[in-house]
Amino acid sequence: MTTVPLTWQTRSPVKVLPWTLPLILILFALPRALDPYQTILLAYGLIMAIASLGFNLLLGYTGLLSFGHSAYFGVGAYAVAFVFKYLHVRSMELFLLGAILASLLVSALFGYVCVRYTRIFFGILTLALSQVLWSLAFKFYPITGGTDGLRVPTPTLLGLPIEASADKILFLANNYYYYVLGFFLACALTMWIIVNSPFGKALQAIRDNETRAEFIGVHIRRYRFVAFLVSGAFTGIAGALWVVLNGLTTPDILYWPFSGEIVFMSVLGGFRSFAGPIVGAVVFNYLKTWAVGATVYWQALMGAILVFLVLVLPSGIVGTALQLIARLKHRFAR
Amino acid sequence: MLGAVDIFIIHVFNALLYASVLFLIAGGLSLIYGVMRIVNLAHGSLYAFGAYVTAWVIGQWLAGAPILLLYLLLPAGAIAAAALGAMLESTLLRPFYRRPEEYQLLVTFGLLMLLEDLMRFFWGPYPLTATTLFETLGSVTVGGSVYPRYNLLVIVIGVVAAVFLWAFVYKTRFGVVLRATSQDMRRASAMGVNVNRVYVQAFTIGCFMAGLGGAIVVPSQSAVLGMAVDALVLAFVVVVVGGLGSLEGALFGALIVGVVREIGVSMFPEIELAVLYLIAVVVLLVRPAGLFGRTA
Repeated sequence: MTTVPLTWQTRSPVKVLPWTLPLILILFALPRALDPYQTILLAYGLIMAIASLGFNLLLGYTGLLSFGHSAYFGVGAYAVAFVFKYLHVRSMELFLLGAILASLLVSALFGYVCVRYTRIFFGILTLALSQVLWSLAFKFYPITGGTDGLRVPTPTLLGLPIEASADKILFLANNYYYYVLGFFLACALTMWIIVNSPFGKALQAIRDNETRAEFIGVHIRRYRFVAFLVSGAFTGIAGALWVVLNGLTTPDILYWPFSGEIVFMSVLGGFRSFAGPIVGAVVFNYLKTWAVGATVYWQALMGAILVFLVLVLPSGIVGTALQLIARLKHRFAR
Repeated sequence: MLGAVDIFIIHVFNALLYASVLFLIAGGLSLIYGVMRIVNLAHGSLYAFGAYVTAWVIGQWLAGAPILLLYLLLPAGAIAAAALGAMLESTLLRPFYRRPEEYQLLVTFGLLMLLEDLMRFFWGPYPLTATTLFETLGSVTVGGSVYPRYNLLVIVIGVVAAVFLWAFVYKTRFGVVLRATSQDMRRASAMGVNVNRVYVQAFTIGCFMAGLGGAIVVPSQSAVLGMAVDALVLAFVVVVVGGLGSLEGALFGALIVGVVREIGVSMFPEIELAVLYLIAVVVLLVRPAGLFGRTA
C-alpha cells in the first residue's frame, strides 16, 4: 500500500473553492440545460456518489475493503419502503430519518462483528452478513414482497404538499434533483470534515500502520467501528434517496454483486483521493447506462473495463489525473 | 407407505449429494487460496463454465451418441474449466501476486462479470440441459420410495474426488512441493521449486474441481446464468466454516452445509440461506481461521 504516492494533503476548504465552486454552480444550472432524462441520470450518479463516499471512508481512509455495502444501501431503501408501508408517511425527511436509523442499527450490529478482522476476512465477513439480509428480503414475501420488491411513491419534500397534477418525471428532474444535490453537497462537506479531522487522521494512521497507531494511543477497534457506522449511515442515506428516484426496491440491491459495483465506482475514480469516489460514481453511472444501451453484453464490457483499470490505472481517474498534473508541474518548474 | 427410516435415508442421500458438489467447488477455491493466497471471486464462474460445456457437449453437440460415450464425455466441462483456468492464471492473475489483496479481489470480480457474459454469448440466455444421462440410469428403490441412481453416482464421484485429492496432496511428490509452497513460498522458491509452475498447476487443479462440480450437476439440473454467483457465495460459506486453505475443512464444511441445507429445506425454508450465512459468521467469530484452518 505504501508504494502509491499519497495524494491527499490537507487543503483548506478555501483553497479548493476556486475549482469546486464553479463545479457546484454547474451542478445547480444543469437541469436548465439538460432534458429530464439526463437530469435524472445525473441524480442517480450523485446518489451513488454519496454511497461511495461512505464506502471509501473504509477502503481509502481506514484500509478495510468491504464487499457487503449493498447491505446498508438496501437497508436504507427497504427502511423507506417500510416507513411508507407501515406508518403511511409520505414525508421525505421521515423517510431519511428511518433510513439513517435503520442503517445505523444494522451497521452497528455488523460492524461490531466485522471490525475484529482486516484484509480478506473483513471482506468475506461483510459479504456473508450482507447475504443474510439478501436472503431474508428474497424469501420473506409477505413483508418484503420477495423479488417483486416494494413500491415507494413520490414523497413530500420539506413538508411541501404534492400537487396532484404534477408530472412525476418533472418532479424528479426538478424538485427532487435539487433535493438530492443538496444532500450530496451536505454529505460531501461532512465527509470532508470527517477525513480532515483528528478522527480522520487517526483512521489514516491505522490504515498505514496498525501497530504504530496503537502505539501512539489510538483505540483501533473503536475507531474502525465508528468509521464503519459513519460509512453505513452514508450508504443508507444513498439507499433512501435512490429508492424514491427508482420508485421500487428489490432484493437485487442487497445482492453481493451490487456491493461489487460500489467497490468498482470507488476504484474507477480512485480510492486514494477524496474526490475519486464522487467522480467514479458519476462516471460509472453514465458508463453503465451507456453499456446497457449499447450491448446486451454490457456486463462483459464493464468487467473488461474493471480488469483494465486494475491492471493499468490502479489509481483511478482522479489519481491518474493528479499524477499527470504533478508531473507537468514538475516539468515546468525546472 | 414411507417409513421414517426411508425418509431419513433419502434425506441423508440428498445431504451427501449436495455436499459432494459443494466439496468440489469449495475444495478448489480452498486449494487455490491455500497455495496462492488469492481469493478467486471468479471461481463460481469456472463451475458454471464446466456445467455449460458439459451440457453443450452431451445435450446438444453429441445429443444422439451412445450413452457410454456420453458418460465418458461427462468430464469435458472439468477439462475445459481447467484449460480456461490455466490460461487465466498465467495471463491475468500473475501480475497481481505482489499487489495488495484488494486488487486481486477486484480483478477476479471483473473476471466474474466477463465470464458471465461470455457464457451468455456462447450459449444464449436460456437454460441448457443434458437430462439423458439422468434419465437412462433410472432409479433405485429405498424401502418404499424411489431415488434417482444418478444422484448416487454424483455422491460416489464426490467421494472418489476427495480420496484422489487427498492422495494427491499427501502421498505424491508433487503434493509435497504444493504444501511446501503453501507454507512458505519464498523458502520453497529458494529450495529450487518453480513457484510459477506450482501456482499454475494449483490453479488448474482448483478450476478442474470446480468444473467437475458443474459437469456432474448438469444432468440433473440445468446450466443457467447466475449459477456462478450463487455457487460462489455458498462455497465461501463452506470454506469459512471449514477454514480457508484447508482441504479437510472444505470437506467438513461441505458436509455441514449439505446437512443444514437439507434440514433447512424441509423445516425452515424461509431462513434456510440466512441460517447458512449465520453459521459462517458464528464460526468466523469463534474460530476466525475456521474449524480446520491454520491459525494465521
